[in-house]
Amino acid sequence: MAEFLQLVFSGLTVGAVYALVALGFTLIYNASDVINFAQGDFVMIGGMGTVFLAAAGIALPLAALIAIVGAVIVGLLLHKLAIEPARGASPVALIMITIGASIFIKGIAQLVFDKQFHSLPAFSGDTPIAVGGATILPQSLWVMGVALALFVALYLFLEKTLLGKALLATAANRLAARLVGINVTIILALAFGVSAAIGAIAGVVVTPITLTRYDVGTLFALKGFAAAMVGGMGNPLGAVVGGLLIGLLEAFGAGYISSTYKDAVAFVVILLVLFFLPRGLFGGRSVERV
Amino acid sequence: MAGKLLSSRLATLVLLAAIIAVVPLLAPSAFYLRVAAVVWVFALAALGLTILMGYAGQVSLGHAGFLGIGGYAVAIGPAQFGLHPALCLVIGAALAGLLAYLVGRPILKLKGYYLAIATLGFGVILALIFHSESQWTGGPDGMQVARVTLFGWRLSGAVNWYWVTGGALMIGAWIALNIGASPTGRALKALHDSEVAAAGSGIDVSAKKLAAFVIGAVYAAVAGGLLAAMNGLITPDAAGFMHSIELVAMVIIGGLGSVFGAVVGAAFLVVLPQALTFMHDYEQAVLGFLIMAFMIFLPAGIVPTLRKWLLERLS
Repeated sequence: MAEFLQLVFSGLTVGAVYALVALGFTLIYNASDVINFAQGDFVMIGGMGTVFLAAAGIALPLAALIAIVGAVIVGLLLHKLAIEPARGASPVALIMITIGASIFIKGIAQLVFDKQFHSLPAFSGDTPIAVGGATILPQSLWVMGVALALFVALYLFLEKTLLGKALLATAANRLAARLVGINVTIILALAFGVSAAIGAIAGVVVTPITLTRYDVGTLFALKGFAAAMVGGMGNPLGAVVGGLLIGLLEAFGAGYISSTYKDAVAFVVILLVLFFLPRGLFGGRSVERV
Repeated sequence: MAGKLLSSRLATLVLLAAIIAVVPLLAPSAFYLRVAAVVWVFALAALGLTILMGYAGQVSLGHAGFLGIGGYAVAIGPAQFGLHPALCLVIGAALAGLLAYLVGRPILKLKGYYLAIATLGFGVILALIFHSESQWTGGPDGMQVARVTLFGWRLSGAVNWYWVTGGALMIGAWIALNIGASPTGRALKALHDSEVAAAGSGIDVSAKKLAAFVIGAVYAAVAGGLLAAMNGLITPDAAGFMHSIELVAMVIIGGLGSVFGAVVGAAFLVVLPQALTFMHDYEQAVLGFLIMAFMIFLPAGIVPTLRKWLLERLS
């Protein structure tokens, strides 16, 4: 039982990060129909940026803030310089553009930062808290707490603010949104900016646990994507549930079956979901957007 | 007249044969032949993707997985079972084709993003298996591939491999061009334009897509086997995600659906890192930038754009 609980804790911790990456995917996909493979690189920028700024002597909270702003700028540039000029391209071309962007960001990151693994000190110490025979790190609580706070904040933003509603309107029908006077270009940029911020924040809180390096973004992106797809593409609640589910399955797979194939779990789940539930657990509106 | 000539099958083959024949005359050292041989091998793998992506319009982001199957077949067969490498190349191609047949059935029902992700996941799982089953594959460091002996003649050296890979590319290009002009090729191009219309005209859409996927896998496996035998080494990276992306980038940069485009795209992405060795640190950034720039500014690819420009000048 204690072992089970331990696996649940570690699964929920990683799952919360996958959920945040999936949330970023969902936001951009809803607003612009683009699947952004560079989403995981925002996580890397948040983590690596904080590590290097903190090493330069800047206080941790300020370093994190600057890194997150940096990721937002990268997100906005990605939209402005790569996605906007390619308007009307096919899904495959858009995938290749964001993959190209992801490779480019990694290439720049290994020049600006370095190729080593880095960590951050845990925010509230390393003393494990005992819960029902298992233990949980304070940093895990930070990860889950921040994920929950971001999810609630995003929900309130989308449902209660005019700007958020404009984003939802753009997602539902871009032409109609433009007709009622919404500046669609700004909304799309907003989606990329918010998405980058979510990814970077996830990167900051998870770095003390999982470490970071210039190329960690690929696996975060692929697993976050699996999470978004399991939940049903375009559904924010689905993204969160999908993320936690993939995190848990990964932890159980590593704990009870084999840790060698931990990274395969997400892909096996993707394939099974695509074969048997092509619209995800929470059923997207349509498989193919015409 | 000129238009007909530029788009004829024979012209493509003659031009390709001329290039393969001329390169050794111009190459200042064996090193250049070696790079050229790598270009021919990747062009062969890219040709398989040209049939799948260019003709049939189906994307595969896990194609390097099949490359890995061909490579590891040539490495494991002689080492573990004492089989002849040439036989292993055939076995690897058959295995890749069989796997593509089994996996392709459910995967090819998917479209757009979903197909991209499913093939990507499939490729990553294959790479992970090559990485982890170290008693067979040597794990992350990969494994040595025994030197090939054909009819008592030891196949080694850049010159020999240059002609073997060049010959394989010629055969591959000839088959790809003929597939393009066959009823199956026309069916693939029809379902590329509209699956509904193709099905309406009596084309068995899922069978044709599956055929393209299997052919593409066999091309990649043969290329992977040649690459492993030529290098004398195979590592799990050969089957990795980045390799799959590079293969897709070759096809798109060269020109989607153009046989000569696959060769141009492969040459571009193989030669470029060699030319940029003096700025090795920037290699990844340059590759990412090029993929983005080509997708945005030259979505049709090099060869079709050049051909269009030439035709406009001539007419």
